[in-house]
Amino acid sequence: MVSEVKAVSGRGIPLVGDDIDTDRIIPARYLRCVTFDGLGENVFADDRTGLKGEHPFDQGQYQGASILLVNRNFGCGSSREHAPQAIAKWGIQALIGESFAEIFFGNCVAMGIPCLTADAATVKHLQEIVTNNPQASMTVNLETMQVQCADFTGTVSMAEGAKNMFVAGTWDACGQLVASSEQVRATAAKLPYVSWSKVA
Amino acid sequence: MSKGTLFDKVWDSHTVGTLLQGQTQLFIGLHLIHEVTSPQAFAMLRERNLKVLFPLRTVATVDHIVPTENQARPFVDTLAEEMMQALEQNCKENNITFYNIGCGSQGIVHVIAPEQGLTQPGMTIACGDSHTSTHGAFGAIAFGIGTSQVRDVLASQTLALSKLKVRKIEVNGTLKAGVYAKDVILHIIRTLGVQGGVGYAYEFAGTTFEQMSMEERMTVCNMSIEGGARCGYINPDQVTYEYLKGRDFAPKAADWDKAVAWWESIKSDADAEYDDVASFDAAEIPPTVTWGITPGQGIGVNQAVPAPEELPPGDRTLAEEAYKYMDLAPGQPILGTKVDVCFIGSCTNGRISDLREAAKIAQGHHVAEGIKAFVVPGSERVKKQAEAEGLDKIFTEAGFEWREAGCSMCLAMNPDKLQGRQISASSSNRNFKGRQGSSSGRTLLMSPAMVAAAALKGEVFDVRELL
Ligand code: SF4
Repeated sequence: MVSEVKAVSGRGIPLVGDDIDTDRIIPARYLRCVTFDGLGENVFADDRTGLKGEHPFDQGQYQGASILLVNRNFGCGSSREHAPQAIAKWGIQALIGESFAEIFFGNCVAMGIPCLTADAATVKHLQEIVTNNPQASMTVNLETMQVQCADFTGTVSMAEGAKNMFVAGTWDACGQLVASSEQVRATAAKLPYVSWSKVA
Repeated sequence: MSKGTLFDKVWDSHTVGTLLQGQTQLFIGLHLIHEVTSPQAFAMLRERNLKVLFPLRTVATVDHIVPTENQARPFVDTLAEEMMQALEQNCKENNITFYNIGCGSQGIVHVIAPEQGLTQPGMTIACGDSHTSTHGAFGAIAFGIGTSQVRDVLASQTLALSKLKVRKIEVNGTLKAGVYAKDVILHIIRTLGVQGGVGYAYEFAGTTFEQMSMEERMTVCNMSIEGGARCGYINPDQVTYEYLKGRDFAPKAADWDKAVAWWESIKSDADAEYDDVASFDAAEIPPTVTWGITPGQGIGVNQAVPAPEELPPGDRTLAEEAYKYMDLAPGQPILGTKVDVCFIGSCTNGRISDLREAAKIAQGHHVAEGIKAFVVPGSERVKKQAEAEGLDKIFTEAGFEWREAGCSMCLAMNPDKLQGRQISASSSNRNFKGRQGSSSGRTLLMSPAMVAAAALKGEVFDVRELL
């Protein structure tokens, strides 16, 4: 079930703007579901309707792209994992941006989708290259922490722990967490409230 | 690195171990679930053949999709009905306590856990909802998580997390009349920015918070996430203990004294070290209103929408986007902005004290012509209490609608929605584009008392003139 994510290659898609929240990534009405299937079609639904075909996710030149290029504080707001799920179901396998909201970042780790940060100038430059040449191939390498696109090479970064989880293929923490249920019970037993506060 | 703070102490006592790549495995004392982010998590458990490890530390309710007018089953919205049935089924199969509609204790997850005494100091709490930060008001460390992490907590009662830094946000002094907890947090976010808290836990400290009731503290901690901080907390004190004592799940008899002693021991030490400190003066905080499309785009009610050149260079592009979306021009006073809909409710401001403050403003007056105004209690218990105090009468006589408990128009997953370009005065927490159900709908965030004032006048109004 778990696999290593050492590099992602493909074409880029630019999405310019700061503070793009998860309500915009997937509006709440699409959260009325009990599975994540089908969310890809509705990613950025309202922004796309508003731009009448001019949204990058609708533009022909970006179809099939797999690396999303965003700006500051991407994914802020609601904790809905439906947001990264919708982005991933559309075809995105990695994101590069100036910064990411924390819950969004954590959701992406749990899904095996790396979110890499780069300085504003690097992100802007990547967005420009891709806008001018949508066919340019891009590779982001998690071992060297470099991004390459056309003849440009830039530096990206990611918190050490998260990076290691991708590279070692342990980004799906569930197995590890479940394996230590004995220690979990021992920790619980030491917490005074576990005995006095019966939850149910 | 912080040292000796409540965050450090709770983190250490809940640490199970270190994972392969250096993250901490953290025990979660209370797991709250609801209908939106849990069905896929239960499906993942089934796929992996896993069971809920601590069903007795998991509690469920339904809030986001709940209709606030006609709650008859099956719901008119078949998708909502399907979600409801999935939650009922999952709780039943896994022996999880479920506060369903009509049981007397259903409501918004962040309202019901505190009011039943489930939320306690020193706990770690997780919920698949970003406003889980609310529970920090008790001195708990409470995280909003995504669905894969809901799966992790169900399966292991733990989370894989990296430790946060701690920023102390000190506010000292007494708030002026007409200035509420909501204004304090909107002011903090406006100053530190919507991403200022990324990587931090916020410790709210100082005399202003010490003087606040538990419900006011919850309003503050609730919106930590709007400032980018995954959790926010206030050290427990006498106010916390008095609130908790006697509640359904609060420690009883001999346990109570043990509990208080433990709670006292986990408070931040006087000489605790912080990664950062920010300070504010309560007297300088005005009634605050947002004018834009993020909770950080706020101004004092007597201020004008800022011009780009008054803003830091990094915020200007977003401001341009906001002028256009909100149809507000730089330099325009926010006071007098016409509104269409007035909403009082949500996990930020749907508690009994919020309704009392709003009712004080509404009493003996009437909602302005053409305004739709409605009040949605945060839980069935809040509703019952409000009715016992006659608040429902005050509201309905003033022309407000009085509804059943739920998330309502805080977000657009139930029948309560804005239409077209409608603009709302809202006591909720997010003014994002499309948040309240219309892709072109607009939201002005403010305190419940300010929403009541807006309803009476049909426009943004300074509540201080009605006190
Ligand atoms: S009231 Fe709003 S913010 Fe709170 S849980 Fe419900 S939808 Fe989320």
